[in-house]
Amino acid sequence: MAADRLKKVFTDVLGISPDTDWDALRYRGVEQWDSVAHMQLVGEIEETFDVMLETSDVLAMSSFTEAVTILQRHGADLD
Amino acid sequence: MTDLLDLTGKVALVTGSTRGIGWCTAQLLAAHGATVIVNGRTDADAVQARAGELESTYARPAAGVVCDVADPDEIRGTYQLIFREHGRLDVLVNNAGILDDALLGMVSDDMIERSFRVNTFGAIHHLQAAARLMQRKKRGSIVNLSSIIGVVGNEGQTVYSATKSALIGLTKSAAKELAPHQIRVNAIAPGFIDTDMTRALPPEKFEERAAGIKMGRTGTPEDIARSVLFFASDMSTYVTGQVLGVDGGMLV
Repeated sequence: MAADRLKKVFTDVLGISPDTDWDALRYRGVEQWDSVAHMQLVGEIEETFDVMLETSDVLAMSSFTEAVTILQRHGADLD
Repeated sequence: MTDLLDLTGKVALVTGSTRGIGWCTAQLLAAHGATVIVNGRTDADAVQARAGELESTYARPAAGVVCDVADPDEIRGTYQLIFREHGRLDVLVNNAGILDDALLGMVSDDMIERSFRVNTFGAIHHLQAAARLMQRKKRGSIVNLSSIIGVVGNEGQTVYSATKSALIGLTKSAAKELAPHQIRVNAIAPGFIDTDMTRALPPEKFEERAAGIKMGRTGTPEDIARSVLFFASDMSTYVTGQVLGVDGGMLV
């Protein structure tokens, strides 16, 4: 799965390159993805995919791949 | 001239709103145009009846949701429902609470647990979920019902005062964290208000506390509801992190 829409959210919010190693991207693994940015990500993800994440989702979203898994569970169209 | 009290188009959730201060607040917010979501702990018929009363009286949409504020799972379900049905939340009034008095030596573990679950943890969970919905619109108002007892304390009310003091800390911290999102968080500290909850006190206790009010009368649910309306509306767009005493000059 390319998950292009989700990647765009991440690049927009975190200001990271589209060429990022997405499989390796983890919360606090890069300087830009701190707790403040994490909540901004959550807000943008909810807005973009029209979902409301559970607090447990917010806490579990520790990587890009985990974000993909969570959004798939919410039935979001990631591409 | 713009009516700064107009809440038309806004969605408001009032916890514990089938009677007392909560019900009075729900009516006042609906009277000013809000779509009010009425909440009660267990009685679905009572909740729906209240929502129906709002719709018929104020010709506004209203809704009812059964949710025990002491149950985080039920709170999560409530916000998923609000998201699906309304897509937004503009006002949260954390009103649900219990009053359980006991002298310190007679405070049980169960009483502590239950009081904090309802009065404090429930408010935190509601605030957490409400803020997430409000952030989508980059605005919102959260009003926490604390108590004068949470500000100045009172004998026989150690646990109750602790639960209500905690709401003041919650209010001040959340106000700072949410201000960049244009979400305001304020608290009201009612004095001695004439409700079913205070009428449950022994008559001599009721009279004793009423006698300590400088304005010479007990407060009414309307007194509190009007203060909630102030915080909920555009009358207070630059006010956050405040604790408003509404107590008629009460001494405790």
